[in-house]
Amino acid sequence: MDISFLYPLIETVAKVLFFTFGLVLPLVAYSTYAERKLSAIIQDRVGPNRVGIPLTLLGFKKDIPLFGLIQPIADGVKGLLKEDFTPTYVRKFFFWIAPALTAIPAFLTLAVIPFGSQITIPFIDYTVNLTIADLNVGPLFVFAIASLSVYGITFAGWASNNKYSFFGGVRSCAQMISYEIALGLSLIPVLMFFGELNLGSIVEQQAHGGWTLLPLWNESGFILSEAYWSHQDAFLNWFMLIPLGIAFIVFTVSIFAETNRMPFDLPECETELVGGYHTEYSSMKFALFFIGEYTAMIVGSAIIITLFLGGWSLGFGLDRLLLWDHELGAWKSYAGIVHLGCFMTKIVAFVLFFILIRWTVPRFRYDQLMRLGWVVFFELALINIFIAAIILMWNTDGFTTVPKIISIISLSVFSFLMIWLAKSINTKRGSHSMPQS
Amino acid sequence: MAKVTKLKRPEMSTKDNIYLIGIAKGAFITLKHAFTTVFGKTRGADSLGSSGTGVTMQYPEQKWDDELPEYYRGAPALVTDEQDRERCVSCQLCEFICPPKAIKITPDEISSDDPWAKVEKRPKTFDIDMIRCIYCGLCEEVCPEQAIYLRKDYAITGTSREEMVHNKERLYEIGGKRVGLVNKWNELK
Amino acid sequence: MSDTKTITEEKKLPKDIASSEGLVNVQVDGVWIKVPKGTRMIEACKLAEQHVPHYCYHPKLSSPGNCRMCLVQMGMPPRLAPGQTPEYNDRGFQEIGWMPRPVIACANTVAENMGIRTTGELVEKCREGVMEFLLINHPLDCPICDQAGECTLQEYSVQHGKGTSRFVEDKIKKPKNVDIGPRINLDDERCVMCSRCIRFMDEVADEPVLGFIDRGTHTKLTCHPGRKVESNYGMNIIDICPVGALTSKDFRFQMRVWFLKETKSIDINCGTGCNVTLWSRGNEIFRVTPRQNDDVNSTWMPDSHRLAFKSLHTDDRLTDCMIKSEGAHKVGTWQDTKTAIASALAKFEGKDIAVIGSARQTNEELFLTKALTTAVKAENFSLVPRFKESDEKLISADRNPNTTGAQIILEMDDPYAGLEQIKTRIRTGEIKALIVLHEDLLEAAAFTSEELSKLEFLVSANTHASGTASAADFVIPVSGFSERRGSMVNVSGRLQKMNQAILAPGKTLEDWEMLRDLILAITGEKNETYMLEDILKQIAATYKEFSGITFSKIGDLGKVIKETGVTIPLLEREKERINNKEIVG
Repeated sequence: MDISFLYPLIETVAKVLFFTFGLVLPLVAYSTYAERKLSAIIQDRVGPNRVGIPLTLLGFKKDIPLFGLIQPIADGVKGLLKEDFTPTYVRKFFFWIAPALTAIPAFLTLAVIPFGSQITIPFIDYTVNLTIADLNVGPLFVFAIASLSVYGITFAGWASNNKYSFFGGVRSCAQMISYEIALGLSLIPVLMFFGELNLGSIVEQQAHGGWTLLPLWNESGFILSEAYWSHQDAFLNWFMLIPLGIAFIVFTVSIFAETNRMPFDLPECETELVGGYHTEYSSMKFALFFIGEYTAMIVGSAIIITLFLGGWSLGFGLDRLLLWDHELGAWKSYAGIVHLGCFMTKIVAFVLFFILIRWTVPRFRYDQLMRLGWVVFFELALINIFIAAIILMWNTDGFTTVPKIISIISLSVFSFLMIWLAKSINTKRGSHSMPQS
Repeated sequence: MAKVTKLKRPEMSTKDNIYLIGIAKGAFITLKHAFTTVFGKTRGADSLGSSGTGVTMQYPEQKWDDELPEYYRGAPALVTDEQDRERCVSCQLCEFICPPKAIKITPDEISSDDPWAKVEKRPKTFDIDMIRCIYCGLCEEVCPEQAIYLRKDYAITGTSREEMVHNKERLYEIGGKRVGLVNKWNELK
Repeated sequence: MSDTKTITEEKKLPKDIASSEGLVNVQVDGVWIKVPKGTRMIEACKLAEQHVPHYCYHPKLSSPGNCRMCLVQMGMPPRLAPGQTPEYNDRGFQEIGWMPRPVIACANTVAENMGIRTTGELVEKCREGVMEFLLINHPLDCPICDQAGECTLQEYSVQHGKGTSRFVEDKIKKPKNVDIGPRINLDDERCVMCSRCIRFMDEVADEPVLGFIDRGTHTKLTCHPGRKVESNYGMNIIDICPVGALTSKDFRFQMRVWFLKETKSIDINCGTGCNVTLWSRGNEIFRVTPRQNDDVNSTWMPDSHRLAFKSLHTDDRLTDCMIKSEGAHKVGTWQDTKTAIASALAKFEGKDIAVIGSARQTNEELFLTKALTTAVKAENFSLVPRFKESDEKLISADRNPNTTGAQIILEMDDPYAGLEQIKTRIRTGEIKALIVLHEDLLEAAAFTSEELSKLEFLVSANTHASGTASAADFVIPVSGFSERRGSMVNVSGRLQKMNQAILAPGKTLEDWEMLRDLILAITGEKNETYMLEDILKQIAATYKEFSGITFSKIGDLGKVIKETGVTIPLLEREKERINNKEIVG
C-alpha cells in the first residue's frame, strides 16, 4: 500500500515530538544543571553532585554519583510529586493558566527555528527539512508568539493577590514590552541585508556567503584567496559589519531582558520582591515558569545564532563540501545530522554564555533598565537602520553623489537629534534618581 | 566647625559609558575563576579535608568534629559537679533570656531530708526545644550557677517534635560532669 | 491702682504666702517646693519626685527609723544672733546652712526654709555604708530566692551599693526555711531587720506575734513562743517584706516574678471589693496581691480572699456545653445548646419560669440577665444572698461583691427577696422551668436535690461542676473571676473595674456573650451588642447613676456612683491613726 501521501503528516508530528521532547526539553533540563553546576564552580562551591544511579534502592551499599548528572530528572520528579499548593486568596483561573501561558509560547516559537538542513531518509527516499514549519515570516512569528508569554507572567503576578508578586508581574510586563521595540528594530538591518524573512533561507545564505558576523568566506572562496575579493559583495559584507555588529549587541542584550535573565531579572528580584511573580507558586506550576524561562532562553539563543552566527552551518566553506559538492554526494543524506549537531553545539555555547554573564554583571536598577531600553537601544536601533540602508544602497546605480551627500547629512542630523534627545532625557532622569549633592 | 568637602562622582568617559569592554573584562575574570576552581586551586581547597571545591565539605562522609574550634557553640546541656549534684537551681534566668523561648523549666523544692536541702530549689522538669534553640549561648552566659553549657554536639536530629525536645535526663547525658567550677553551696567553702 | 497692688505683693515673702495656705517652703535638691506642714521629709522628697531609698518606712505603719537607709542631708537657716534680722535673697529665701551629719528622712518632718539633699557625696557615702552593712551576712541566694526581681535589696545594691564585698570572715548562719505560720515561711538569713512585719502584725492585724530576739548581727526575727502567724491578714507581711525573708508557701518556688503579667482587677469574694493585682503567666494565675486604694482596702487584703483564685485552676471546671439526654450529660456545641434551650423554653408560660441570677455577676451581666428574664417573660426572679459576719477589718458582712450594683441595675431594693418564694413554688410545682446563672443552688441557697428534680426543665450556667449542674438539663460553662471583664459596685457605692488576666478553659464563653446569644436565640430579634462596651453604653443610657460612665472613665481606683453610707472598718481605723499622727497614710 502506498502511504506516501501520509508522509508530510508523519513528518510534522515526528518533528514536533523530536524537537520539543527529544531536543529542547532535555536541553532545558540540562541547562538548569549547567546553570547550577557552573554557578557553583564560579562561586567556589560544589553544586549538584549527589544524584546518580540510585543503586541503594536496589539494595546496594552505595549510589553511583555521576557528578550529579541525574539531578534534572530528580528535579522533575520532585516538581511532579510535591504538594501543589494553591493559596485560598488567589484568583484560581488565572493562577492556573498563568504557568501554561508562559511555557506554551516559548515552545511554539520552536516551530520556525531551522535546526538543520535536510535529511534524506533511506529506503523511501524522502527528504525531510529540519524545520517544523518553514514559514516565510520567521522572525515576525517568533516576536508575535514570544510576546504572549508576558500575559502569563502578568497574570501570575496579578492572580497571586500578593503585592510582591504583583510588582514582579508589572515590572516584567513593562520590561518585556519596552525591549520588544529594541528587539524588533535592531533586526531590521539584518533583514534588509538578507532581503528575506524565511529563517531557513537566511541560514542557507550564510552557509554560502559567510556568517553575518564572520564574513571570512563567500561563494568564491576563503578570505585569503584572490577569488574572495573578486566577489561583488566582499567589501559590502565588511562594511555591513558596523550596523550588523550594533544590531547584534542590541539584539543580544534585549534577548537577555526579554527572557528575564540576569542582569535584567528584576521581575523575580529576590532582594526586593521575595520571589517576584512566582512567589505563590509551587511544585510543577513553579517548574513550568522555569521551563518557560529556559525555553525562551534557548529559543533566543537559536534566533541569535540563526541570524548572526550562521545557524546550523558549519561555516568556513565546509557546508559546500557537505551539501553541494557532488563528489561527496553520498554524505548529503546525512548532512542534516551534522548540521543539527553543529546547531546544538552553538546553542549550548550560547547558553553557557548566558550563565557566565549572569555571574558577571550585577542586577540593574529598574530606572536604569528602562533608560537603557528606551533611551539607548531605541535610538541606537533607529540610527542603525539608517546606516545599514546607506551602506546597502552605496553601490547601486541610482545612488549618485547628490543622494549620497544628502543621505549622509540627514544621517548626521538624525543621529545628532537622537543623541541630543537621549542626553537630555538622561540628565533629567539622572537628576531625579541620583541626587548629586 | 567641621569642614564639608563636596566630592564629585568620577566622570565616566565614553569608553566607560559603553560598558561592553567592562563586561568583557568581567566575564573574563569570572571565567578565569571558574577555571581555577575546576583545577582545584581555589582558596581553602586543601584545608579542612574538603571536597576540593572551595571549603565545602561532603557532610556525611566528611565530618569536622576534629576541627571544631574551642569556642564552638553546640547543643546546650546541663552539668553536674564533682559530688554529682545537679548544679541548676532553676532560677529560670536562662528561660528569661532565651531569645527564641526554647527553654521551659518547672521549679521544684528539694525535700528537707535531701543532703542538699539547703539549696532548696532544683528543676522538676527542664526542657530545651532544640527545634527552637538558636545556639546563641546566652543561657550559658546568664547562668549564675555555672549549670548550663554549650557542648560541641551539633547534629541534633529526631523523627518527631517530641524527640527534639531535650528533657532533663537527656541534657545531663549530653552535659555530664564538669569539675573545677565554683562550688558556693559546699559547706567547706 | 494696679501699681500699688504689685508693690504689696512684692513685699510679701514666700514663707508668708505658704503659711497662709498651711504650707511650708522646702528645697529638695536645689528646687523649692511647697508642702503641707508636718509632712515627713521622705514624703516631701517624693513630692519633689526624688526617690529616697528606704526599708523600714511604710506610710501605713509607724516609723521606727531603724534601717538607716533613708539618710539625707538636711539644712536650716542659721540661727539668728540677738537683734539680728533675717536676710532674704532676691527670691525671698534665707541662706541654708547645711548640717555636717545626715538625718533619717522617714521620721523627721519638714520646716520652713528647710533644705534636703538626696544626692551628693555625704548621702551617697552613707547609703553605700548602710548597704555594705546590710549585705555583710546576707546570703548569695538570689538564684533561688523568690523575691529576686522585686527585691529592694537587689535594687538598692545596684543603685547605691559598692558592687564588691570586703567581708572576708565567715558569714553568720541563721535559721532558714522556718515555718512561722500555715501560709508563711521565714528565711532569717535574708532578713534586714526592718521590722515592717512586726509592726504590721501589731498595728493592723491586731495579733502581735512577731518579734526580734538576740542582739547585734545575731538578731533574728521569730514568733512569740507557742504562737504562729495565723491571722487572716498574715500574708500581707510577705508583700511588705522588702527582701525575701518572708515567702508565701503557696507561691514559693512556683514562678519567677519577672515572667508574670500584672493585671489590675478587684477581688470578688466580698462586698468590699479589695483592689488587687493578678499575676499570671500564660493561662495560669500564680498569685494575687493587694493593690493600693486608700478608699477601699488601703494596701492590704485578707488571706482567704487572696488564695481564693486557686479554685479557678481545679479539675472540676466546666469546659463544654452539656446536654442531658436519657439521664446522662453529653457534650454539645453552644450552637445546638442555645437553640435547644430556646425551643424548650417556648413551651412554658411566663409564670412557669424562674430565673435565679447571682450578685457575683457584673453589672453588664446583670443587665443582660434582666433582659433574659424579660425575653422569656419569667415572672419569678431573684439573686442568691450571702450574708455572714463581718471581721471588722476588710471583709464585709455581705459576701456578694455586687449587691449594690444589683440594686441599681435590677431596680430592686432587696434583690434577694424572691428566693424563698421561688423555692416554695418549685416545691408546689408552680414553677416548671428554672434558669440558674453563676450559682450552685444546693450549696449557696440550701435547695435540695428533690426540689430540683421536681423541675421539668433546668438550665445551669456555672464555672464548676456542682449539684445544680448535674441536675440540669443543659449545662453551660461560663468564665470565672479573672477570665472576664466587667464592672461591679462595692458596699460603699464605688463602681470598680474587673479586668481579664487569662483565658477561660476549653470552649467556655464569656458570660455576656452567652447571655446575648441566648436572648438572641429566644427572641430572634437582632440587637446591637457586639462588645462589652456596648452593654455599658446601654446601662449608662438607662440608669442615672451610670450616666456618662465608660470603662476608661471608671479608672483603676473606681468611682463613687451611689452614697450607701456603709464604711469599711479598717479604713476608719486608719483615718484615726492618721489624725493622731501615728502614721503618714
